[in-house]
Amino acid sequence: MALSTEEVARLAGLARITVSAEELATIAPQLDIVLDAVASVSEVANADVTPMTHALPLTNVFRDDVVRPGLTREQALAMAPAVEEDRFRVPRILGEEA
Amino acid sequence: MAELMDYDEVLARFDPTLGLEVHVELNTATKMFCACDNSPGGEPNTKVCPVCLGLPGSLPVVNGRAVESAIRIGLALGCSIAPWSRFARKNYFYPDMTKDFQTSQYDEPICFDGHVDLLVDGQTYGIEIERVHMEEDAGKLTHAGASGRIQDADYSLVDYNRAGTPLMEIVTKPIGGLGAHTPDVGRAYLAHLRDLMVALGVSDARMEAGNLRCDVNISLAPKGATELGKRTETKNVNSLRAVEDALRYEIRRQGALLSAGGSVTQETRHWNEQGWTSPGRSKEQAEDYRYFPEPDLVPVAPSAAWIEELRATLPEPPAQRRARLQTQWGFTDLEMRDVVGTSGSLDLIDATVGAGASASSARKWWLGELARRANETDAELADLPITPAQVARVQALVDAGTLTDKLARSVFEGVLAGEGDPDAVVASRGLAVVSDDGALGEAVDAVIAAQPDVADKIRAGKVQAAGALIGAVMKAMRGQADAARVRELILERLA
Amino acid sequence: MTDVIRLTAAELGRKIAARELTAVAVTQAFLDQIARNDDAVHAFLYVDAEGALAQAAAVDARLDAGETMGPLAGVPLALKDLFTQAGLPTTAGSRMLQGWRPPYSATVTQRLIDAGIVILGKTNLDEFAMGSSTENSAFGPTHNPWDLARIPGGSGGGSSASLAAFEAPLAMGTDTGGSIRQPASVTGTVGVKPTYGGTSRFGVIAMASSLDQPGPCARTVLDAALLHEVIAGHDPLDSTSIDAPVPPVVEAARSGDVSGMKIGVVTELGGEGYAPGVEQRFGEALDLLRAAGAEIVEVSCPHFSYALGAYYLIMPSEVSSNLARYDGMRYGLRAGDDGSRGTEEVMALTREEGFGAEVKRRIILGTYALSSGYYDAYYGSAQKVRRLIADDFDAAFAQVDVLVSPSTPTTAFRIGERIDDPLAMYKSDLCTIPSNMAGNASGSFPAGLAPEDGLPVGFQVMAPPLADDRVYRVGAALERAVAERDGGVLTDQIAARWVPQAQEA
Repeated sequence: MALSTEEVARLAGLARITVSAEELATIAPQLDIVLDAVASVSEVANADVTPMTHALPLTNVFRDDVVRPGLTREQALAMAPAVEEDRFRVPRILGEEA
Repeated sequence: MAELMDYDEVLARFDPTLGLEVHVELNTATKMFCACDNSPGGEPNTKVCPVCLGLPGSLPVVNGRAVESAIRIGLALGCSIAPWSRFARKNYFYPDMTKDFQTSQYDEPICFDGHVDLLVDGQTYGIEIERVHMEEDAGKLTHAGASGRIQDADYSLVDYNRAGTPLMEIVTKPIGGLGAHTPDVGRAYLAHLRDLMVALGVSDARMEAGNLRCDVNISLAPKGATELGKRTETKNVNSLRAVEDALRYEIRRQGALLSAGGSVTQETRHWNEQGWTSPGRSKEQAEDYRYFPEPDLVPVAPSAAWIEELRATLPEPPAQRRARLQTQWGFTDLEMRDVVGTSGSLDLIDATVGAGASASSARKWWLGELARRANETDAELADLPITPAQVARVQALVDAGTLTDKLARSVFEGVLAGEGDPDAVVASRGLAVVSDDGALGEAVDAVIAAQPDVADKIRAGKVQAAGALIGAVMKAMRGQADAARVRELILERLA
Repeated sequence: MTDVIRLTAAELGRKIAARELTAVAVTQAFLDQIARNDDAVHAFLYVDAEGALAQAAAVDARLDAGETMGPLAGVPLALKDLFTQAGLPTTAGSRMLQGWRPPYSATVTQRLIDAGIVILGKTNLDEFAMGSSTENSAFGPTHNPWDLARIPGGSGGGSSASLAAFEAPLAMGTDTGGSIRQPASVTGTVGVKPTYGGTSRFGVIAMASSLDQPGPCARTVLDAALLHEVIAGHDPLDSTSIDAPVPPVVEAARSGDVSGMKIGVVTELGGEGYAPGVEQRFGEALDLLRAAGAEIVEVSCPHFSYALGAYYLIMPSEVSSNLARYDGMRYGLRAGDDGSRGTEEVMALTREEGFGAEVKRRIILGTYALSSGYYDAYYGSAQKVRRLIADDFDAAFAQVDVLVSPSTPTTAFRIGERIDDPLAMYKSDLCTIPSNMAGNASGSFPAGLAPEDGLPVGFQVMAPPLADDRVYRVGAALERAVAERDGGVLTDQIAARWVPQAQEA
C-alpha cells in the first residue's frame, strides 16, 4: 500500500498540522513502511472475532450528580496564551458562516 | 433573499419529507463528565475544572443522573433501551471544544426506535424516533468586532462554563406524507418534546435560553416519486414559531428551485430571525469525524431491572394527561384551551384540586385573580409566592361562608405580599365575614331606622326592596357581613 | 552521606522511621548526587530542590512528633514528566507544553505525597511518551549510566537512568507498549506495568488511553512492590480504574517462593532478531528459577506475532485524538498568531512547531487508521487482533501461572542508531506490547549482563490480570538467585562508577 504525498498532506490537514514539502517527502515513505508492517492484522481479523476496545470488561461506571469545586477563574486562565474580559482569546474563526 | 414559490403551488407538485434533530440541555446539578456546576450563566470561566477545560491528564467520568435522564427520555418517547451502548469520540477541531473532540455516541446510541403520536387540529400523526443519544455541549464564543458576527470579527473570546453540559440529541426518522401540514406537525413535535422534558423534570426546556435547540431537515420530491430529494439542514431554529416558518420558507425556496429546473444543494443553512434561511457549509466538504469508541469511558449496560425502575417514574404523557384532567374536571374545550394556553396553570390547578378545591374554583382563581397579579409583575404563574394548598384554603373559607369572593381577593393580596398564610391574613386584616346576630342586628336596626320609607315598602310586601337595605348594611359593615343572614334579619324584622 | 544513596528504598524508609536518618539529610544526599552526575546522564528535566526539602522537613516533623507513617515516608522519588504535579512544570518532553504548570496533581502524585514520599523532580522522556530511547524528547536525550553513548530505553529513560545512576532510589513510569519495562531492561533495574486499571491514569498525560498504565520503577523488587502498594487502588476519577483490593505484591516480593509454580516460556518471543547475550542470560534465568523449584514449560501464543502491527494501529489512533487538544487555544505553545491568521491556521502552525517528528508521524498514521473508508481495515482489524492476543493469554494462563520472555530483543543500542528507522525502533517493544494489548500485569527484572557487550539484560514476567503479585514473586526469586550468583543486585556493579567513595563512613 503506497501512501501518496497528497494523501499524507490531506491527513496532516485533518490532523491540523502544517507540513512542509520536505517533511512530506520524509514522512510518506516512513508511513508506507509502517503500513506494510501493520497490514498483517487483516490476515487474522476474521468476521467472527469480536473487537476488543477495553482491556477489562467493566461497565456502568457512574458518578453521583453532586457538585464539587473546580478551578478558580484565575487558575483556569493562568496558562492561556491570550485572555480578554475573563475569556480565552482566540484568533478569528474563518471558513464558517454563522 | 431567494426566489420563493407559492406554498400551495409547491405542495400541488411536490411531497415534502421532514426530519428533526433536537438537542436538549439537561438540568442535572453537574456536567456530563465532571462534577462542575451545571447551572446556567455565571461569570465567565468560573464553572470549569481540569476535565471540562480538557487539561492534559484529565479524564471523564459519566454523570449517572444524566444516564437516568437519557433512559427516561427514551422510554417516554417509546424507544427501546440498548442493553449495551458506548460513548464515541467525534474528532474535529474547533476553539469552543476543549479537547478538539466531542464525547458523544455514534453507532451505539442508548435509546433507539421510538414512536410518538401527535394530535394536530384533530388529526393524529405518528412520528418515528430514530435515536436518542448522550453527548456534551461546547463553550460559548463571543465575536469581537463592530457587528458581533463571526464573519467580520477580528478575534473571538471563549467562555467554557457551558462546555460539558449534558446534551441529549433526539433524532426522528424521515417523516413523509404530511403534505401541507408539514410545518404544523414540525412545530407540534417540538412543542411535544418541550412539554415532555418539563414533565420529566430533566430539562428547563426554555427555547429562548437555548435549552432546546432544533435542526430542521427538509427535502422535496416530485409527487409520486419513490426517491427522496436532496435535503437541506437548517440550524438554530430555536422557537416553535421559527420551526414552522423555517419549514414553510424552505419548502417555498426549494419548490422555486426545482420548478425552475434547478436543483437543491445538499447543505447546512442558517435560520435568520428576520424570516429566511441562508447557506452555510456545503455538505460536499463534510468533515471526516473519525469516530471511534471512547477509551476513557466504559460501556453503559443498563439492567432490565433498572430500566423498569426508571419506567415507573415516568409521568403520564402530556396529551393523555390533558384529556384525562379535562374529563375529570368537566371543563369545556374552550375552558381547557385557556388552561393549556396559560403556562404552568395545568399543574397548579391539578395541585389545587388535589388540596381539596373544586376544579372550577381552582381554575377561576389561577386564571383570574392570580393570572392578573402575575401579569402585573411579568412573572410566571408558578413563580408567584402562593401555593396551591393556600389557594385551596382560601376557597374552603369562601365555601364555609367565612369569606366572600371580594374578601378572598384581599386575602390573596395579603398572601402575595408576604403577610403569611390565608388564615393569618384573615386574622391580621380582620377580613372574616360577620354572621353574629348581635352585631348584625344592631346594624340592621340602624339601617331600618335610617330608611323608614324603604322599610315600609318591604312591610307592604315589596320584598325586592330589601336589596337597598342589605347594601346599606354591607357598607356599614365594610363588606364583612354575611349577606344571606342580613337579608334574613331584615325580613324577620319587617315581616 | 554518600553511602546513603546506595541504600534501597526499604532500608532508607526503615532508617528514617527509626530516626537513624532524617528525610532532609537523605533528600539532600540525592540532590547532591543529581548535581554531581546529571550533567552527564540528563535524567532530570526539572529538579525541585526547594519543594523536595520542604516535603522532607514536613515528614521529619511528623515522625519527630511520634506519628506513624508508611514504609516509604521520607524516601525520595523521581517522577516521570508525564505526571501532573500542581504548580510544577510538566512538559511531557514536548515544546508544546514548555512552561506549562498544571493547576492540579495526578492521583498517583497525590498518593505519593500523602505517603510522605519526597518528589525530587521531573524526569526526561520521549515526547508524549512516544519512543524507546528518550531521543524523541524535545529537551535532549538521556544517557544510559552503563554506557553514556547508549540509550537508557524509552519512553521512561529519565526514570530508569536516575535509578541506575543512583540519583533516586525510586521512580515512577508509565507503560503503553513497554515504556517502563524496556528502560528497566536496558538499565539493569526493575520496572512493573500493573494490571490495566490497577493504578490511576488521572492526571497522567495521555498517550493511548486504552493501553497506558502508570507503574513503579526501582533497583530492587521489594522497593518496586512497596511503591506499587502506595500508588495502586481504586480511583473514582478514572472510569477504567478497578474497584478491587490491591494484589498482595509486597508479601510476594518478600517471599520470592516459586516452588511448584508453573512458568511458561513464550515460543514466539525469541529466536531470530534476539541478541545472543540476551538469549543466553534468559536461558540461565530459566535454569535459576528451575533450581528454585519452578516447573518450566514452553507455551505458544500464535497471535503475538501480530501484536506489533495491531499496536501500531490502535496506539496512533488514540494518540491522534488524545493529542488534538494541543491546539494553542487554552494553554501551552501558540505559534503564528499575528492577528491576521485564523484559528485553523494558527492551530496548524502551533502543532507544526510544537510537535516533534515521531509525534507527527503517529498522529498522521492514527488519523489515517481512523479515517472513513479505512476504519474497518485498520482500527477495526487491530481491535480484533487485540482480542486474539487476549485469548492467547487466557489459553496460556489456563496451563501456567506466569509467562516469561526476554524484556526486549537486544541490549541498549547506541544513541542515534535507530532514530531514522522507525520500524527498527518500534521492534524494541516486540516482547512488551502483548501485555498492554491484553491489559495484564507484567514486569522486567535484571537477569545479568550480556557477555558480548557487558550491558544489562532484562527478564520479563507476565501474569493474569489482577495477579500482579505473581510478577513480583517470580521477580524476587530471580533477583535472589542472580544476587547469589553475581554477589549482589545488578546495579551494584556500576555503583562504584556513580557513587563517590564514602569519605566519613
